[in-house]
Amino acid sequence: MTTETAPRPGDTSPPAEAPRDAVVAVGVTKAFGGRGKTRRAVDRVTLHVRRGEIYGLLGANGSGKSTLIRVLSTLLIPDAGEVRVFGRDVRSEELAVKRLINRVSVDASFFKKLSAMENLVYAGRLYGVAPGVAREKASRILRRLGIAEERVDEPLEKLSRGMQQKVAIARAFLTAPMLLLLDEPTTGLDIRSKREVQTFVRDLRDEHDATILLTTHDLDEAERLADRIGILHEGRLVAEGTSAELRARYGAGALEDVFMTATGTRLDDADMAEGPAT
Amino acid sequence: MTGGIGGQLGLAYAFVEREIALSKRYWAWEVVWVVYGIVTSLSVTYIGVAAPAITGGTVDQAAVSRFVLYLLVGTIAWRFLGIIFDNISEVIAWERWEGTIEYTFMSPVPRLTHLLGMCAATLVRALVFSVVTLAAIALFVPVDLSRANALSALALLAVGVLAFVGLGIACAAFPLMWPEKGLQMSYIVQAVVLLVSGVYYPVDVLPGWLGALSALSPATYVIRGMRSALMDGADLLSLWPEIWPALSIGVLSIPLGLALFVRVERYAKRTGRLKRSG
Repeated sequence: MTTETAPRPGDTSPPAEAPRDAVVAVGVTKAFGGRGKTRRAVDRVTLHVRRGEIYGLLGANGSGKSTLIRVLSTLLIPDAGEVRVFGRDVRSEELAVKRLINRVSVDASFFKKLSAMENLVYAGRLYGVAPGVAREKASRILRRLGIAEERVDEPLEKLSRGMQQKVAIARAFLTAPMLLLLDEPTTGLDIRSKREVQTFVRDLRDEHDATILLTTHDLDEAERLADRIGILHEGRLVAEGTSAELRARYGAGALEDVFMTATGTRLDDADMAEGPAT
Repeated sequence: MTGGIGGQLGLAYAFVEREIALSKRYWAWEVVWVVYGIVTSLSVTYIGVAAPAITGGTVDQAAVSRFVLYLLVGTIAWRFLGIIFDNISEVIAWERWEGTIEYTFMSPVPRLTHLLGMCAATLVRALVFSVVTLAAIALFVPVDLSRANALSALALLAVGVLAFVGLGIACAAFPLMWPEKGLQMSYIVQAVVLLVSGVYYPVDVLPGWLGALSALSPATYVIRGMRSALMDGADLLSLWPEIWPALSIGVLSIPLGLALFVRVERYAKRTGRLKRSG
């Protein structure tokens, strides 16, 4: 548990003395279903994400990564446990938490008939960013992500999946979140787009005071981006540490071996067994 | 950045701007709705013009003109109120279809501001559609408005807006509660309101139990009052018996609708129904 003082109710500003932990989740449980068919998607997960770090949450499809991200995003209310984002409770201080976070999900979630710029200006407005500022900032981020100037006014449905995902990342950074939740941001991207997005995420973390919680089922991505890695299996956090710590702890030469030892299954096999992400 | 009334108005305007941008991108569908509205309203109005031929009796011209105006007021008022109800009750279903619902619900916009923004956007749309429909009908059918009290009619329409906003917000919660059938349920509500509100006939002709329902519909009072204002020049004072019930329904239904929506939103977040599309 963190030791920061509780912020005042209704206060939506980040705490003056921001806590060392960006995310504190204690005993978080979320189950779905009913009539005797309840399934625990997240099972008593406790984790701390330090301010300024990239924390990689590694797990197969159906391991509970996206459910946990949704709990942190205030989109799901946990059945049990406590979640604080920079000291603010996701349940009782929902609006304050929302102001501190942004999320990129595996599906880009845009108004596809609107252009990239229209979507970004709209998103900026929702976070109190003036349209002029949003346009200027969005242009800069999109340029950096390799999206040509002449494409930003095209309807998003005409952009490739990779470009849409880059726009989603631009949207998240546009609002300067203190905590960025990246839920499988590179799934479905070609190798080049994947590399560009990964470089951008790393660069932005280095340049800004952002904490990033990244979910992935890509071992290479976790290794490449994350300062620390947590392995989620069947809703439970079964291992946690830096890549080197995990390899040392499990006596493994590669992260893939760590995953297999910690979960008893290979990541690819688990993905096939579980089907789509939850 | 987003504090105070000015800040909230700025946030609400984001939804107005977004809806206007979407209308431009879906312009072909907007043309369809406008043409459909004109054609159905005109068809109903021609029933009045054809009254002598349909009844086989002798109907003097003044009576025909009155009948035409009677039908016209009903059809225009219903289209206006119907657009408001449709657009607001489809807030959730529409965002689910676009795939943006989680992004909207994760943004730091209070639900009241979000829904008020959508109501403002809807009002703009309903006004544009109704004015275009009225102008188009005036080209085909001579309408006698020599005795009309426009101020009274507009006041009644404003009261109707309040009541239908409340009703729409309450029905917008249905798809959160029942992802598979919620939207269909709101269409049923709208259909029943059409039947019992005397849009095309006096409610006196309804059988007893339906007549009882008509007393609960705000459209009953709004349309009856608008007819008195536009056909007989009734002033606000004499229309008070029609205004107060509709106003009371509006004053009660908006906070009740909002309370229901917020409660159902929490239920959806507890049960994971926010994103499900059925």
